[in-house]
Amino acid sequence: MGADPFLVVVDYDAGNLRSVERALAHVGVDASISADWADLARADGVILPGVGAASDTMAKLGERELTEPLREYVASGRPFLGICMGLQALLDHSDEGGGQECLGVLPGTVRHFGFDHLKVPHMGWNQVEWVREHRITEDIPSGTYFYFVHSFYPAPDDSGLALGETTYGLTFPSVLARDNVVATQFHPEKSGDAGLAIYANFAKWVREA
Amino acid sequence: MLTKRIIPCFDVDRGRVVKGVSFIELRDAGDPVELAKLYDAEGADELVFLDITASSDNRATVYDMVSATADQVFIPFTVGGGIRTTSDMKTMLELGADKVSINTAAVNDPDLVNEGAYRFGSQCIVVAIDAKGTGEGWEVYTHGGRTPTGIDAIAWAREVVERGAGELLVTSMDTDGHQRGYDIPMLAAMSEAVNVPVIASGGAGGPDHMAEALTAGKADAVLAASIFHFGTYSIREVKAALSEQGIAMRPVGDR
Repeated sequence: MGADPFLVVVDYDAGNLRSVERALAHVGVDASISADWADLARADGVILPGVGAASDTMAKLGERELTEPLREYVASGRPFLGICMGLQALLDHSDEGGGQECLGVLPGTVRHFGFDHLKVPHMGWNQVEWVREHRITEDIPSGTYFYFVHSFYPAPDDSGLALGETTYGLTFPSVLARDNVVATQFHPEKSGDAGLAIYANFAKWVREA
Repeated sequence: MLTKRIIPCFDVDRGRVVKGVSFIELRDAGDPVELAKLYDAEGADELVFLDITASSDNRATVYDMVSATADQVFIPFTVGGGIRTTSDMKTMLELGADKVSINTAAVNDPDLVNEGAYRFGSQCIVVAIDAKGTGEGWEVYTHGGRTPTGIDAIAWAREVVERGAGELLVTSMDTDGHQRGYDIPMLAAMSEAVNVPVIASGGAGGPDHMAEALTAGKADAVLAASIFHFGTYSIREVKAALSEQGIAMRPVGDR
């Protein structure tokens, strides 16, 4: 084995940053928390965490001059994992807060759960059905429960981007994947053993990439 | 399908779990981290820690507890008790709590709900409401249920949600501690009044009470302390019983 891979968790003050770091530590990965574009440029793997509002997320990524480095990183083909708001930020546009342009890495929109009698946020444990195979979900059965907290859901233009699906009022893609990019709407760092397995699979992917 | 949540609650004094948790298999039944791990393995969907430390001199002990729990437990947990400012909220969230719960502080300063939701997101602001029946409705009590406020509990629920609360933790002072069931009419009224999840608290004696709170009471989650801590029921048993009644539960993992 060569040197340990350089895994960066993007630091833009996201609320779940430390939880992601702790989950990685629990599966034996020493991640670097960084807001430095130079770290992104040389990273072997990048995780974009996130909770909260789309406008706030995009503003903070902008302030730290991370939007372009993130796009460049994704284009480089190296493994990328987005979590919750870190998924939503990848799409073109979010309807949150009157509308917000996002990174545009994946074509599509982020929409509100605007249905009668549906409690929002979608909060708690819900099932994810895998719609295809991927190394990030290796050894995790389809239909496993993960922890969700969100009021908006991803609606990619290409339904083929869905890797996993969840039903809450409607069936939406709760995991997106294309090439080197994977993103989960749920919080693996709060989903017990199943969530830790996602981080372990990501770490393995980064090591082998 | 989104499952209903089972949430054990711990009272914590100076960083130690108090109020007679009796598990023979634990070396140290007062150790929050060990207990949290045990309940996680048993299938708890979330955890709530209520800091009842009287003196503010001992805040550091609860900080250590929150941080140590976050290091080793990978399900969501809420910390309540003694949180009076957004800076208190920030401290708890940065140490690793997923949500903070405020009660008396919200009644004293309702803007705290707005400020907390604005700074940290509604998803981590839980407003705890302690209420007692008046015959016509329910009245909000503060200071651990000792002080009546004259505020209508249903109107208060609507107000705090309007201000940005992401979840309500609703305790009936009438049923709390009796283990004869939750206050179903109050829960149903509360749950119908707001569009955020409601956690039922106060009065759980067994799975049938929980089933009632989750169906007739329309709650999204049930919180209980004594029945779990005294080993009357395990979370595994509760989940099995509720599943049998057709209530969606996250299955307990085989470990």
